[in-house]
Amino acid sequence: MIPGSFSYHRPASVADAVKLLSDLGEEARPLAGGHSLVPMMKLRLATPAHLIDLHGIPALKGISRSGNNLVIGAMTTQHDLLASEDVAKSMPILHEAALLIADPQVRYRGTIGGNVANGDPGNDMPALMMTLGASYRLEGTGGARDVAAADFYQGAYFTALEPGEILTSVSIPVPAAGHGYAYEKLKRKVGDYATAAAAVVLTMAGGKVATCAIGLTNVHETPLLAADAAAAVIGTSLDAATLKTAAAAAAAIMAPAADARGPVEYRKHVGGIMVTRALQRAAANAK
Amino acid sequence: MNDMTPTREQRSAALEGMGCKRKRVEDIRFTQGKGNYVDDVKLPGMLHGDFVRSPHPHARVKRIDDSEALKVPGVLAVITAETLKTVNLAWMPTLAGDVQMVLADGKVLFQNQEVAFVVATDRYAADDGINKVIVEYEPLAPLVDPFKSMDKDAPVLREDLAGKTSGAHGPRKHHNHIFEWTVGDKELTDAAFKKAEVTIKEMISYHRTHPSPLETCQCVCSFDKIKGELTIYGTFQAPHVIRTVVSLIAKLPEQKIHVIAPDIGGGFGNKVGAYPGYICAAVASIVTGKPVKWVEDRIENLTATSFARDYHMTTEIAATKEGKVTGLRVHVLADHGAFDACADPSKWPAGFFNIVTGSYDFPTAHLAVDGVYTNKAPGGVAYRCSFRVTEAAYCIERAMDILAQKLNMDPAELRLKNFIKPEQFPYHSALGWEYDSGDYHTAMRKMMETTGYAALRKEQADKRAAFARGETREIMGLGVSFFTEIVGAGPSKNCDILGIAMFDSCEIRLHPTGAGIARMGTKSQGQGHETTWAQIIATEIGIPADNIMVEEGNTDTAPYGLGTYGSRSTPVAGAAIAMAARKIKAKAQMIAAYRLEVHEDDLEFDIDGFRVKGLPEKFMSMKDICWAAYNSVPPGMEPGLEAVSYYDPPNMTYPFGAYLCVMDIDVDTGVYNVRRFYALDDCGTRINPMIIEGQVHGGLTEAFAIAMGQEIRYDEVGNVVTGSFMDFFMPTAVETPHWETDFTVTPSPHHPIGAKGVGESPNVGGVPAFSNAVNDAFSFLGSTHIQMPHDFWRNWKAAKQLGAVA
Repeated sequence: MIPGSFSYHRPASVADAVKLLSDLGEEARPLAGGHSLVPMMKLRLATPAHLIDLHGIPALKGISRSGNNLVIGAMTTQHDLLASEDVAKSMPILHEAALLIADPQVRYRGTIGGNVANGDPGNDMPALMMTLGASYRLEGTGGARDVAAADFYQGAYFTALEPGEILTSVSIPVPAAGHGYAYEKLKRKVGDYATAAAAVVLTMAGGKVATCAIGLTNVHETPLLAADAAAAVIGTSLDAATLKTAAAAAAAIMAPAADARGPVEYRKHVGGIMVTRALQRAAANAK
Repeated sequence: MNDMTPTREQRSAALEGMGCKRKRVEDIRFTQGKGNYVDDVKLPGMLHGDFVRSPHPHARVKRIDDSEALKVPGVLAVITAETLKTVNLAWMPTLAGDVQMVLADGKVLFQNQEVAFVVATDRYAADDGINKVIVEYEPLAPLVDPFKSMDKDAPVLREDLAGKTSGAHGPRKHHNHIFEWTVGDKELTDAAFKKAEVTIKEMISYHRTHPSPLETCQCVCSFDKIKGELTIYGTFQAPHVIRTVVSLIAKLPEQKIHVIAPDIGGGFGNKVGAYPGYICAAVASIVTGKPVKWVEDRIENLTATSFARDYHMTTEIAATKEGKVTGLRVHVLADHGAFDACADPSKWPAGFFNIVTGSYDFPTAHLAVDGVYTNKAPGGVAYRCSFRVTEAAYCIERAMDILAQKLNMDPAELRLKNFIKPEQFPYHSALGWEYDSGDYHTAMRKMMETTGYAALRKEQADKRAAFARGETREIMGLGVSFFTEIVGAGPSKNCDILGIAMFDSCEIRLHPTGAGIARMGTKSQGQGHETTWAQIIATEIGIPADNIMVEEGNTDTAPYGLGTYGSRSTPVAGAAIAMAARKIKAKAQMIAAYRLEVHEDDLEFDIDGFRVKGLPEKFMSMKDICWAAYNSVPPGMEPGLEAVSYYDPPNMTYPFGAYLCVMDIDVDTGVYNVRRFYALDDCGTRINPMIIEGQVHGGLTEAFAIAMGQEIRYDEVGNVVTGSFMDFFMPTAVETPHWETDFTVTPSPHHPIGAKGVGESPNVGGVPAFSNAVNDAFSFLGSTHIQMPHDFWRNWKAAKQLGAVA
């Protein structure tokens, strides 16, 4: 539980950080909150020769509006999200999900950028970003580009980030006023990753579902958008048969690993239940 | 008398003696981060050691190459079994009469076994070093399932035992067999089963788990070559035993070994035995001439130092149709891992498991325990329980529920029908114990009345009907548990560790100003001894508890004691305190008589001093007697006021309690909610009710963890898969239920102050209460027994197997 030796860098700008990352190559890793990387280093499962600490870059922190989008700097902590009135009002599901991440100590340190960029299927924010239709700004020596969250995740810990690139901000379209939302997460205890979790954002019209997006956490090597399940509920009033169909459609794309949280069959089963419960709760709190 | 004269109540309260909710004095330093733990010990020139551990559960060690490791800056030495052989320490004795490799000697027998010890100038260099030691292994077939240990073709684990047909506890039946231990009358028991009207039989497993104290096992060893003295700071629940063991195995004169256990961050049995880290740090210090620190990390603690439980108990009860028990038959398969490293009194290979008849009047019983080796970490220790008592309590409490179900009787009613009656105490159990005192019916009825047991049963029936109608997906369980513990090891007639009788001790010295120090053979790991021991002295002698300093853990200054575990401190050392205090009191009485110019028989003790009978104004306070002890003692009497007592208890103590757990389970997810938990404990005389409540809260939390998910699990090829708190269930305040505590008081008749011990009761009684609640919830769907741990997915699996989930 003791990391190997490494060099520590603390650049003051994104340009410096990107240059360091590019110059030092594969031996370098950016450091955000460190809650994934540092434990891996303590187990020597990760042995970066260089750590590029992003805490010295003020431009990476903060929450702002850009048109109808909320733009959140990568180094904004989960605690910052919870403290933001704008997030609480315009995107309450983000508030709800952030509260389900670990514990206050972790949330003071853990960042949204680290959470979404690491490609860890257990993290809560990626599925949520896909559900909300967010995009990520990636900056490298060649400039900046935007990648949709839905296109970002390629495999466990494999993402669209190219060598030398840093995820600098997340841009999230503000959902329609009166939308319904829920993030249902089954976990064994505080601090645990989800056994299965489902994010739902929907709008209702005349007692029926008008629009719906469903995201799934930790039931596959990447976060998932359950498009078929979402399509199945459009135009319905979420009757028992529809919920069953939606849960089954969601479960059909799940491929969780068996682990101490339970065997594959259980994790898929409760994944379906999380979808059902999230749909019901989202419909209930839609206006 | 004026208004300023304190009343008797005020004088008594000022002492903060027994029965007072005195605040814990040790918390002043703990809550300010000013405790002094082993890792706080920093000696000049201190080196750090770390282990190379085996990735294989079973393999031959072909070659260890330390050449690259020795090139790492800061690495000074790499110790292997070959190094240890030069000082005859490659193997060490266990407390259970087995031997254990200190470092892999030709073979490894469990994953994460210690293979080499790297010594370096700092902790980082040591870890760099272990990553550079090259070990060549030849993997061998692992043996994981204890039920296959004694198969004819099972792999041979312990090659060192080849040809040995008997061990420390008698004959061995197989190359992986350790011992067979039988108790009770087999013929009579078999006969009871032959003529029984009703019988039940169930294989009840108590899974492998781990005490996992907040502070892991650690030590600093410092050998002074000039004086030939070895000083060991360590996380030791029994420092004197460690000193004797080190003296015996390292062949060092015992007076030249100084063992110091500073503040300890929880033990729960994990810190009773000796571990390879201690031996390696000591040898490293002898080799390098520098102090060497070894600090276990969490993974090492969970996977290598002693586990607990892993008992597989095939249990049968014979009974009449009316529900009167007539016989008990239990066979235990005990998985000890690679070495039998149980920390039991030496003559008890399965601890006090023969308390398995529990709180019930079984006319006859028979018990057989087979210990076996597997490729798992060695153990097992008594995790917050007297030796194997929690396994026994779980076994009988689960079995009684199964019998109740078969008889279609309420489990509380069945228990009431079979309890040992108050007039039967002292009660001789069919498996050989003499229960000191108890009033089980009163405790059980108080539990039932306070919780509204009958109404809860009615609610459960309604809920089951609603479930059947499809109106709810939640099922409700009531977990009844009535346990009897056996603690306070123990009387020299049946308890010793490596030949040392399990007495305990106290030395009290009173100073001239009416203050004093008490030194003990016990060692607090969080129990609050500094607070409670002073309270006993306060009541016994009449000196305020605040004036008494309690010191433990330094073998040079403390009287010899067997340490703190198995709820033995209050039953044994608590008695020693009272006895030492009474010796002081007797001398104080003589001094007071001399000073008051009366015969000592004319004096009576009155709260905080002696008073002449019939002459209330003629009084001498203990404070004044202390002063007099140093300047005006009767002619011929030695000055001073001190005493020492070594207490050999005449019997164990038998705390008991009635617990109820009310639980709801969502069958679709297996998620449970402990709606209510009521714990009534009878620990005899209560020394500090606040500390008792804290102990009960802590023990129940551990019981909750164990029953509902905490396990050390191995996969089918012997990899341990629960090596961190991510997967080893350690509940936080969020998961922990609310606890309701209650009590009755049935003093121990043989203990000087009537106290029985309480620290472990809640773990012993709690586990069956949780498990019975889960089993009770599912029973109406047709199940008789669901194995622990009852985590979410296993609850769901049970619901699915019972047809409650599609």
